[in-house]
Amino acid sequence: MATLEIRDLHVSVDTEQGLKGILNGVDLTVRSGETHAIMGPNGSGKSTLAYSIAGHPKYRITSGSVTLDGVDVLSMTVDERARAGLFLAMQYPVEVPGVSVSNFLRTAKTAVDGEAPQVRTWLKELNSAMEALSMESDVAQRNVNEGFSGGEKKRHEIMQLELLNPKFAVLDETDSGLDIDALKVVASGVNRFREQGDRGVLLITHYSRILRYITPDFVHVFVAGRVAEEGGRELAEELESEGYDKYVKAAAAS
Amino acid sequence: MSNVQEAVEAAASHLHPPGSFEPDEHPVPTGREEVWRFTPLKRLQNLHKDIPLDGQDYTVDVQAAPEITAESVAADHPAKGSSGYVPTDRVSARAWQAADKVFLVTIPKETVAAEPTVITLRGSGTKTAAAGHLVVQAGPFSESTVVLLHEGSATFADNIEVVLAEGARLTLVSVQDWDDDAVHHTHHHAVVGRDASLKHAAVSFGGDLVRMNASVAYDGPGGEVEMLGLYFADAGQHLEHRLFVDHNAPHTRSDVLYKGALQGKGAHTVWIGNVMIRKAAEGIETFETNRNLVLTDGCQADSVPNLEIETGEIVGAGHASATGRFDDEQLFYLQSRGVPEDEARRLVVHGFFADIVRRVGVPEIERRLLESVEDELAKNVGLPPATPVGAAG
Repeated sequence: MATLEIRDLHVSVDTEQGLKGILNGVDLTVRSGETHAIMGPNGSGKSTLAYSIAGHPKYRITSGSVTLDGVDVLSMTVDERARAGLFLAMQYPVEVPGVSVSNFLRTAKTAVDGEAPQVRTWLKELNSAMEALSMESDVAQRNVNEGFSGGEKKRHEIMQLELLNPKFAVLDETDSGLDIDALKVVASGVNRFREQGDRGVLLITHYSRILRYITPDFVHVFVAGRVAEEGGRELAEELESEGYDKYVKAAAAS
Repeated sequence: MSNVQEAVEAAASHLHPPGSFEPDEHPVPTGREEVWRFTPLKRLQNLHKDIPLDGQDYTVDVQAAPEITAESVAADHPAKGSSGYVPTDRVSARAWQAADKVFLVTIPKETVAAEPTVITLRGSGTKTAAAGHLVVQAGPFSESTVVLLHEGSATFADNIEVVLAEGARLTLVSVQDWDDDAVHHTHHHAVVGRDASLKHAAVSFGGDLVRMNASVAYDGPGGEVEMLGLYFADAGQHLEHRLFVDHNAPHTRSDVLYKGALQGKGAHTVWIGNVMIRKAAEGIETFETNRNLVLTDGCQADSVPNLEIETGEIVGAGHASATGRFDDEQLFYLQSRGVPEDEARRLVVHGFFADIVRRVGVPEIERRLLESVEDELAKNVGLPPATPVGAAG
């Protein structure tokens, strides 16, 4: 049983006009076995939350805390966070020229597990992970994300989620830009991960569509850099029919 | 004569200055000349002035493929000058005159060499300066690989002539893996025969100053040239590669790709990519690319592609040049998968060089190149990471 706890998190980014506050006191607790959906309009700070948890150098934490089982995550380097059991599926995965997918995955797996995977079982594991996400078999020889279609990039992220099998996964708009078939493939990967029973998911999305395939236990409405409303899956249905207007207006008025 | 024509010829003479075998016909450079403006002359150990080039502080080791002859011949051997090369700067003209013998590699007609011929020149000191002259003659329809390794410590000026007869295929790899105090000035000139194919690879890791001119001309239609370069400059190093592809025959092709990395204060690289398409060179195709990866502050990468076109009746011509900081987004992506920072940097730099190492395509040299990249990266451990630049949101 593990807990990812975010308390009163304030985050700023450097802009040409100076430091700009994006997150204004986020409180969130994710326990293993739970799936939390974070929904919100563009610019509400959803992605900032994801990158801040992962430790992207662009984002400056001005106050608050993020802990994993009580251990301070914010003082860890990016790679230490991953090795501690956090994973971020990125909205825009980065191309790494000249580094093959197979080399990349083996290096990451070795780093996360603390030892190199057995050659024979690893290849089997890799092939079945690729197959499960309907990846072409030549992907392993291609360079990381280079020349990948949008859908391939997202499936590649979820493939990494399954292979690295972290304690907590943050999925940053993994559904955006996917057609319905790709969405189902990606959702089934996330569900396989969830079915282990002791993994936590923080699913960030702009649309409720993906929640038809990945059922959340909790839904948080994110507006103006904080959680404006919380509820169960019924909240997603409400947002589907009514949109974010009510929350945006309330945030603007306050 | 029209102004346009005059301009073209003026430009042509800039790319292709008249040569001379006489050192005295090349004035001592001042550093203001176009071809010398990037080179720190003070560090040339007077190679550009009058230092005698009679030193013997080096050894040469030759491992020739059994089908190939590699021998030392007299300086007046007809092989010398057989490429049509005429020195275009003072250092090369001085080396031409000073070399008291010629090292001649001959690949007989229709011979397919089973293994590379490796010539290792090892310097043993910088007190005296030395000159060298190498001629590689690839016979008609022969196929071979020649590797030149430069190691140790030396002040060295040389000329290398490469002659490809019709249909010959030759890979020539020149590795400059000198000690930190070496100074090396070299001119490689190749003439590519009808339907012949040359792969020329320059690899520069070591030395205080390395300045390589590499020029190519064609002797008939259908010739192909691939020029590859890989360099890695550390603090204080000057590595300069100046290329000139003279498309003087129709239906010839050239493809240039040079990639370099720089790290540490005062690391300086220069890449000049000159391509000339003469009026006769109809139906040719040329492309040149230079990419530089700047790993730390305090480095300078100069990159100047020049394309002179006298005929529009060509298949294609283009060039690309880009110098970028280490990509922190790539680093973040790898680290977010648990890969420690130093290993992530290593992966990215290996990845940057991966395509060029693969294209050199000589297995015996590939491991050495990867190890050299590894050694260079090891020097960088402990340096602070490059400052983050413009991360995407």
